[in-house]
Parts: sequence; structure tokens; C-alpha cells
Amino acid sequence: MSAVLEPSSRSGGARGKAMLLHPAAKPLVFALCLLPVAWLLHGAWTESLGANPAETLIRATGDWTLRFLCITLAVTPLRQWTGKAALARFRRMLGLFAFFYVALHFLAYAWLDMGFELQAIVQDIPKRPFALVGFTAFLLMLPLAATSFNRAVKALGAKRWQQLHKAVYVIVLLGLLHFFWMRAAKNNFAEVAVYAVVIGVLLGWRVRQRLTRMASGRREQSGNA
Amino acid sequence: MHLLQDRGYALPSAEITPRAVYEDRRRLLKLLAAGSLAPWAARQAFAQTARPNVLAALPGARSAVAGATTMEKLTPYKDVTSYNNFYEFGTDKADPARNAHTLKTRPWTVAVEGEVRKPKVFDLDELLKLSPQEERIYRLRCVEGWSMVVPWIGYSLAELIKRVEPTGNAKYLQFVTLADPKTMPYVNSRVLAWPYVEGLRLDEAMHPLTLLAFGLYGEVLPNQNGAPVRVIVPWKYGFKSGKSIVRIRFVEKEPRTSWVVAGPQEYGFYSNVNPKVDHPRWSQATERRIGEDGLFQRKRPTLMFNGYEAQVGQLYAGMDLAKHF
Repeated sequence: MSAVLEPSSRSGGARGKAMLLHPAAKPLVFALCLLPVAWLLHGAWTESLGANPAETLIRATGDWTLRFLCITLAVTPLRQWTGKAALARFRRMLGLFAFFYVALHFLAYAWLDMGFELQAIVQDIPKRPFALVGFTAFLLMLPLAATSFNRAVKALGAKRWQQLHKAVYVIVLLGLLHFFWMRAAKNNFAEVAVYAVVIGVLLGWRVRQRLTRMASGRREQSGNA
Repeated sequence: MHLLQDRGYALPSAEITPRAVYEDRRRLLKLLAAGSLAPWAARQAFAQTARPNVLAALPGARSAVAGATTMEKLTPYKDVTSYNNFYEFGTDKADPARNAHTLKTRPWTVAVEGEVRKPKVFDLDELLKLSPQEERIYRLRCVEGWSMVVPWIGYSLAELIKRVEPTGNAKYLQFVTLADPKTMPYVNSRVLAWPYVEGLRLDEAMHPLTLLAFGLYGEVLPNQNGAPVRVIVPWKYGFKSGKSIVRIRFVEKEPRTSWVVAGPQEYGFYSNVNPKVDHPRWSQATERRIGEDGLFQRKRPTLMFNGYEAQVGQLYAGMDLAKHF
């Protein structure tokens, strides 16, 4: 970890970079990302998910969706902060894991809560703003997951692809609202506040980047005139 | 009110054979042949649920109150005592079982006051002996969409009410529960306005099914279940049944209850179990029976008044239950 925290230390930085580019790095991260679902499946198998395992599964997959969205959004700021461009190698995989967990979240709801009754699901979602917001976020994630492979980037063109994938900012805010609403009835906001701060920092960093870029652009323009 | 109409075919839920039972008839017959249904038969005869031998015994005789002993499968003691909403000890349902050991249940008094001719501060021992203890096997439906079947020990709250003689001004009861920041770690949190306050209309409180409970599974109440004394109103969502009660006040106006203060659009004063009136964030039409329904089993339909319509429906005759939710 110290390697990441001290970009100035050359040897440490080199070691960190070598670690990030190591052929085993991606499979290792992949395996780590599967740990939550492995833990949940093990819990379901051994009946150790508490008195209401369905609720545990639905909530845990939702929690992990939000966490993976945050981790994915942290890649770019971390990359700039540490100067380790190699971190970008993991962004797509992390984003796809966010989709993996949201798909499990929806599957758990549709199966365990609604018994796969399509009509009941169709009636249930629009009735409740909280569910509608979550479902909208899920729908918005579909095109991002579908265009995650290289050929899709080429087909769309890098610029349009980037525009499309900016939807992740809306998605994470909808996810936060979904979580906030779920906890609102019980005034239980401690955990929601933690996510709000993390997401606020991650999005705030981007706004600041944007503003400084715009400011420097203006300076250049006025300098040229 | 169409909800309360006698349609002639509405069976009291106690007479409906639970689905699992009729589906399992063959297995049951085999078990019967093997003689292993004896404990079940014993429960029928003496209302003695097998004790888990965790806490002090508190036996109760089989209750004669109509609807007070459902024959549904009991929720395992472990689930009843480890999956609790008791926010004074934390908002996660596993928190109360972890944190409630700090609760001091003795000495304990309950002040009964307000619009009564004989106000009195009752000592717990006095309350325990005020009326014979009965075992009541009730369905418990949580507003969150899950349910349990719990063998409570206690007696009708009406027994206590009669002794303090409410005046003509007593229209409602307000239940105040313990809020001790020294023993209850979350009483300093802003989740709810403490102390937790609940309320009932006098006729609801007088209904024989409304229970003043001191125990479950033949033993005194575990702390996380609201020791040493709590109220159980089986036809209302669980949060109406206050835990660890220290004060019962008879009042003229509808009391402001904690959940109504916290979210008036989500929680009403009545909060009767009603599959037709949804919570703003989820359907109340179905429920999951804790410890019994498998992970992939369909949720079971929620019954009007939690299956106690035959007993309590007349309390709400003429009321618009969608408005008075």
C-alpha cells in the first residue's frame, strides 16, 4: 500500500506499477470482486444469513452495487492522485462488477420477494417511488454494461462512448436516493450519510476538475486576445 | 364499509388448514403412525410449549379467549429472540439480541395514571400475580412484511384496566416505554423521539386479545423482546406493541405516537394489519414467515386484521380503513 501512497518514492512507485501490470493482477482483482457473492452463497447454503435470509440477500447485493459504483468512480481520481495510469486497467472490470451486483439485486427481488410473477413486478415497481428510482438506475446501467467491450467503443466512437458512460453519475445518484428512501421511514441515515459523503467527494472532485479546466481555458483565450 | 361486510364465506383463519399442513398430510400421517405427534397433541391439551431452558420459567395455562391460540407452526425460539426491532438497542435486527443484556429488568414498576379513579404504581411482582398467566399463540405481523408465530405468556390488558377504573374521560391509552441512556445505547440517537410512545383506543385496549405479556415460550421475556413487561396487539403491525413498558396513561385525546411523529404519511395511529392498504414503499399484501418459509418459497398472503377479523372487525365498523390506516 505504501507504494500507492508515496508516488514520489521512485522505487516504491516502480514496484507499485509492476504490481498493477503483473499478469496475475487482473485475475486477483476479479477473484476479490467475487468474494461478496461467494460469501452470500455460502451463507445461503449453510443457512447462516440470519432469520430472514431473503432480506439479507436483497440488501447485501444492493449494498455491494453501491460499493462497486463508488470503487469504480474512485479509479480516475486515484489514478490522477497517485500518478499510476495502470489503475485504469481495472476500471471496466469494476464497473461490470457493479452491474453484476445490481443484476443479482434485481434478480433477488424478482425471485425472493415477487416469486418471478411478472405482473406483480410490473405493478409493484411504479407504485413505489423508492423502487422506481432503483429500477431506473438498473435500466440505465444496461446500456453501459452492453457497450463495455472494445468493439462497442470502436463502433460508437470514443467521444460518444464517453458521453454515454457519463450516465454513471446519474446512476450513482439514483442509487443513493434509492438507499436514502429505503431508510427514510425509519430515520436511519447513518449509513446513507457515509455513502453520500463518499459519492459527494467523488463527484465533487470531477466538478472541480471541470471548473479548473474551464478557468484555464478562459485564461488561455483572454491571453490570446 | 365493504371491508368489514360479513360475506358469509369468511372463515376465521384459525379454521383454515394451513397450506403446509394439507400439503404435508401424507408425511403427517406417517409421523402420526410413528407416534411422533405426541408433543403436538400435548400442546393441544395443556398449552405447554416446550421450554428452551434459557431463562426463568413462567408457565401459562391454555387461554380460553377466542382466537388466542392459533395452531400454526411456532417460529423457532432462536428466530423469535434474534430478529428484533427494538431501536433503543440498535437499528439492525440483530442488534437487540447483542446489546440488550444491559437492560435492568428489576426492580421494575409500571405507573398507571391519568383518567382513572385508582391510579397506581404497580411493582412488577404485583403485576405478575394480578391475573392468572395464560399462553397465547399469536401471529405477529411486522410492518416490514415479515411475520412470526409466538407463544406469549401473559393476560388480557383488560384485567389491569378494570382494576384502575377508567373515568368517562378516558378514551385512549398511551404506553410509554423505558428510555434509559445508561443502558440503552441508541436512546441518544435521533432515529426516533424518545421515549418510544404507543397508543390504543380504550375499546382496543379492552379487547380480550390485547395482551399484557411477561414471557414467551414458557419463560420470562428475553430483554430483546421487551422484558419485563410489554403489550401485544396481534391484529396490528408489530410496532404498535410497545416493549419494556414503564407507564400507561389514560387520556382523552388520541396520543401522538412515536412513529406517527416520525412519519405521519407512512405510519398511522391505527396501523391495523391490512393487505389492501400498502405502505408507501412496499406492498402489504403478502408476508414472509420467518424461520418457516424457504428462501425460494412464495410469500404468503397477509390476512385482514392479521387473521383476527372475526374477533376485532366490529371495533372498526363504519371506519374508512384506508383513511384511518
